[in-house]
Amino acid sequence: MDMLKVSVWRGAALGGYRTYEVPRQESQSVLDVVTYIQRNIDPTLSYRFACRVGMCGACAMTVNGVARWTCRTHVAKVAKGNAIQIAPLANLPVVKDLVADMSEFFDKWARARGQFVPCATRKDAFAQVASDSPGRVAANAGIECIGCGVCYASCDVVSWNADYLGPAALNRAWTLVNDVRDGARRERLAAVAGDAGCHACHTHLSCSERCPKDIEPTAAIAGLKRAVALAAWKGEL
Amino acid sequence: MSSTGQGYAAPPLAAPGAGAKSETWLWIAQRASAALLALCVVVHLITIIYAVRHGLSGEAILARTRGNAVGLAFYTLYVLAIAVHAPIGLRTLCQEWLGWRSASLNWFTAALALALFAFGLRAGWAVFSG
Amino acid sequence: MKNDYRARNHPAWWAFLVHRLSGLALSLFLPFHFLALGQALQGEARLDTLLRWTEQPLVKFAEIMLVLLLAAHLTGGLRLLALEFLPWRGWQKNLLAWAAGTALAAGLAFALAL
Repeated sequence: MDMLKVSVWRGAALGGYRTYEVPRQESQSVLDVVTYIQRNIDPTLSYRFACRVGMCGACAMTVNGVARWTCRTHVAKVAKGNAIQIAPLANLPVVKDLVADMSEFFDKWARARGQFVPCATRKDAFAQVASDSPGRVAANAGIECIGCGVCYASCDVVSWNADYLGPAALNRAWTLVNDVRDGARRERLAAVAGDAGCHACHTHLSCSERCPKDIEPTAAIAGLKRAVALAAWKGEL
Repeated sequence: MSSTGQGYAAPPLAAPGAGAKSETWLWIAQRASAALLALCVVVHLITIIYAVRHGLSGEAILARTRGNAVGLAFYTLYVLAIAVHAPIGLRTLCQEWLGWRSASLNWFTAALALALFAFGLRAGWAVFSG
Repeated sequence: MKNDYRARNHPAWWAFLVHRLSGLALSLFLPFHFLALGQALQGEARLDTLLRWTEQPLVKFAEIMLVLLLAAHLTGGLRLLALEFLPWRGWQKNLLAWAAGTALAAGLAFALAL
């Protein structure tokens, strides 16, 4: 039986890679490998997962240097010979081993005004939004985001600029900017403008390249750049 | 509605991003100058290739640029666009790769813009009046 | 944890790097370019002396590189303008190929004209 040489990050900010030998199976995901290690070799290994079927995004980790959902990553696809390296998501503080602290990711979501702000009451009629209107199409392209953090972990601007809101937060803001029912457009555009916002994006496209749901935050951020510029031109920023 | 866990304090909702207005205008200036430069650079590349074929001596170059008012006007516009475009780009590079984010960076950027504009105008005038 | 080259190993990232480094190189070259042309203020002969210096093979090679960098920065920049201002379409990934090809063509045109 082939044995995988799996190099796993142990520790927190300070730590190192420890190598484990895991039996290689024909159809095996990286999450299967991590689970095998924790159950059969080293029960002290900490990691996150939930659904195991590619719906929740909890199992996101860095596999051979690239942020991925480990439950949807086949070992056969990423192994270099028989070697895999597994680490926690980049750009986030490490809690322990493969667990990253997602607090700043969600804080930035809030800072980008990623919350819907209603402006109708129960007495008003339902909003009528045509699903093929340009705004709705633009919003729909981004609303499937489940906040897994892969884009944030893949973004170099996040590494280079501690305040940068990041692709997920900006993508969410864009979906709301395009939502005709939302009442906080002006505040939101102000929140996403500036050095920590959309203008810091340099179109590396790493986020769009890595998003497991094929969302393209780069497109959303480009839209925000245009919307913010127009608002500034009109003196509304 | 579930309440947040103990010990977690939600951050205050955003104030306008740091330098929201100024960064937005810098972005607009950068893209506008880029569009202008696209035209200028295409013209410049064509003239470079023409010049290489038709003589690169001082005499040959000056014969083409001396008294050429259209040329001077073109290069003045070109230099203006460069003086806007290059410093803004370099500013971003300094912020991200050198970690230089203090106010002194903005002074450096402005100084660079002035220097490029001044030396560029001087060069344009030099070959016009040469 | 920090990302390394493995996270960056995709075409759009290389396009960014080429664009930023070419911009930097051109910015460093510009003062010399302006100063050189400014020599014309001291008369034709002065400019001529400088231009004779540029006849050296190494300088000629550097000039080809500069033209390539200029063309690359231009085409890369046009690609960015397209990505930021045009409606987002799938074919935009191919813009990178067009940009690279055009830049190369411009550089070759210069090199062959020499």
